[in-house]
Amino acid sequence: MSISRRNFLTWIGAAGMGSVIPKAAKAATNKHFKGYEKSQGVLFDSVLCVGCRSCEAACNKVNELPIPDRPFTDKAVLDETRRPTSKAYTVVNKYPNQISKKETLYRKIQCNHCLEPACASVCFVKALKKTKEGPVVYDPSVCVGCRYCMIACPFEIPSYEYDKVFTPRVMKCTMCYPRIIDGKLPGCVEACPTEALTYGKRTDLLFIARERLRKFPHRYVQHIYGENEMGGTNWLHLSGVPFKQIGMREDLGITPAPQFTSGALSGVPIVAGLWPVLLLGIYAMSQRKEKIFKEEKEEALEFALKTANKKAEDKLSAALTEAEKTKEAAVQSAVKKALEEAAGSEPKEDS
Amino acid sequence: MADESGAKRSPLLTPFNMIAGIIVLIGLIITAIRFTGGLAAVTNLSDNNPWGIWIGFDLLVGVALAAGGYVTSAAVYLFGMKRYHSAVRPAILTGFLGYALVVIALNYDVGRFWRLPYPFIMQQGTTSLLFEVAACVALYLTVLFLEFSPAALEWLGLKRLRNLIVKLTILLTIFGVILSTLHQSSLGALFLIAPSKLHPLWYSPYLPVYFFVTSIVAGLSMVIFESTLSGRYFGDKMDDVHKEEANHVALGFGKAASLVLAGYFIVKMVGISTANTWHYLNSGYGLWFLVEMLGFVALPCFLYAIGVRDKNVKLIKWTSALTVFGIILNRLNISLIAFNWHLPSSERYFPSLMEIGISVFLVTLGILAFRFIVTHMPIFYEHPDYTDAH
Ligand code: SF4
Ligand code: SF4
Ligand code: SF4
Repeated sequence: MSISRRNFLTWIGAAGMGSVIPKAAKAATNKHFKGYEKSQGVLFDSVLCVGCRSCEAACNKVNELPIPDRPFTDKAVLDETRRPTSKAYTVVNKYPNQISKKETLYRKIQCNHCLEPACASVCFVKALKKTKEGPVVYDPSVCVGCRYCMIACPFEIPSYEYDKVFTPRVMKCTMCYPRIIDGKLPGCVEACPTEALTYGKRTDLLFIARERLRKFPHRYVQHIYGENEMGGTNWLHLSGVPFKQIGMREDLGITPAPQFTSGALSGVPIVAGLWPVLLLGIYAMSQRKEKIFKEEKEEALEFALKTANKKAEDKLSAALTEAEKTKEAAVQSAVKKALEEAAGSEPKEDS
Repeated sequence: MADESGAKRSPLLTPFNMIAGIIVLIGLIITAIRFTGGLAAVTNLSDNNPWGIWIGFDLLVGVALAAGGYVTSAAVYLFGMKRYHSAVRPAILTGFLGYALVVIALNYDVGRFWRLPYPFIMQQGTTSLLFEVAACVALYLTVLFLEFSPAALEWLGLKRLRNLIVKLTILLTIFGVILSTLHQSSLGALFLIAPSKLHPLWYSPYLPVYFFVTSIVAGLSMVIFESTLSGRYFGDKMDDVHKEEANHVALGFGKAASLVLAGYFIVKMVGISTANTWHYLNSGYGLWFLVEMLGFVALPCFLYAIGVRDKNVKLIKWTSALTVFGIILNRLNISLIAFNWHLPSSERYFPSLMEIGISVFLVTLGILAFRFIVTHMPIFYEHPDYTDAH
């Protein structure tokens, strides 16, 4: 049993998929990355959001996105559930309040600027990058458009300009990176008429969030979404109802995305290192088998030949002796004949 | 088919040629729309469904079904199973055409195809499994090209170059196996990043192992399946050795496929047990999962075994078709059907007619190229001037 199990693991290891490795990889990095020390973020407090869509309008303006068909003042837009698109980095959605029927709930959606972003870890040309300031930014000048980042993002954020022929880009919130570098606030935060959006250092935001949870325990669910989700995000969320009820997934776990693939990645050098040796070994073995087979064949052939030779020799010598004998006999008889003849002719000569 | 007699007189208007011609024409039109109107003009892709059948079918299925090249060349050259030698060239050819089509399909799928080399020349995103896939596919396509080239060089009469490349056979084979192991498994590993999107019955940390193991099954089955079709349509191109060995190949590869399928079934069960996702079986997706596992893994495993026991080559051939279909189903399940299962049906993806059109177009191109090559180059027979290959 234990042997077969060992064989099995060796086999998997040899196959190099290293599915046995994730654990090891995790153990090796038991220090959890807490984000760049001074990185900035935004705290969104859904309890304070009134669904005015000012943030959407501001985002549209500062990022020079196309003017939408329906104006930002049109509240009817809130009736449908939306997600960020290539024309809107952020959207606000409305949700029914399942606890108190009077109040409606709103949630603003945009890139959460993960501490260890799935999108950046899967980009094969490093078009997406986590900056030390916090935002996850995108470089359209190298992006190939494989859209793997969109597959990877657990929050379903990046979108793509499918309608552009030559210059399609991945589009997503940048936390207004160019603005915050200039010392300005992100567009949405600046426009928000309430305290629903707060910009600041992530550590400060966590502090503020905790204060609110402590001061108004009845108003909030005691959880800061983004503190640990997917390893933590720079955009943090507070809510008065379970996050699921405002459309946020609670089943994402706290594992930073890159860890999902670290095992498979560490399998690469194993395959690249072990496989050639293994394959050459197998090749050598099959060659050797063949060689032995050949040698055996040759030996057998030689043996057969030898035996055959011997037989032939024996036969030959037998034949030779036989021939000799016959020859001798022939000679003898010839001699005899000759002698006889000679004897017989002698008297004739004599006479 | 009309081709059998057609090869000699080669009339152009056979039914096959006409259908192929229409498909190619439609394909060219969609191609024009794709490259002048963008992805939105031809696909149903959306922000929630960034990958469609050009990835799910053309890339994932394409690469899996092109695995015959590495499987066969490894069996013959590395494991010393010389009696399957005649299967190597057709398998390599299919592999080469398969990978070439994959790369062509990627040009349709990515947003800016002229940047496909960027990951190598601009910035290397080495934390991405896609980087590994891209690197291996690019390298392996080169390897396959070299492995295939002796046939073309014999045809062209370039003896010296041909002999030089034949000398590299072992090296190329080993290289091919390493690259194939890496990217076949990495294609599965692509989905490791999205445990929240892929249904738990299909998601598993063992995904790379599953993809690698099934690529072996796919390779073995494709060789049998394809030799069946070739035997029917290109029988006149085959020499006696090829025809004689075809049955050995079916029996030998069928046996191997049966064993590997059994192993695959077991590791799948191990995966479900470790993740303890049994309770998902009791759902619509669970039922679908069972269809895949029982109908397209367990059943072919069993049928292959019966076929080998009874030396029933016909059964083996039918089973190979069933298995190939199962592989297609598996790849589509992981990339499309069980992917984004959490989304409401209104936000799910279904390919557009034009997307399907391009996939059919590319497969047709592959078949046409295959036909051209086997009718002109020594694939199914040995070139009289070069019989040293054995
Ligand atoms: S939320 Fe999505 S797009 Fe934003 S950083 Fe995280 S993974 Fe990337
Ligand atoms: S679409 Fe662009 S940004 Fe996204 S992973 Fe691909 S290359 Fe990177
Ligand atoms: S601007 Fe502020 S209050 Fe208005 S919708 Fe946006 S986050 Fe809510």
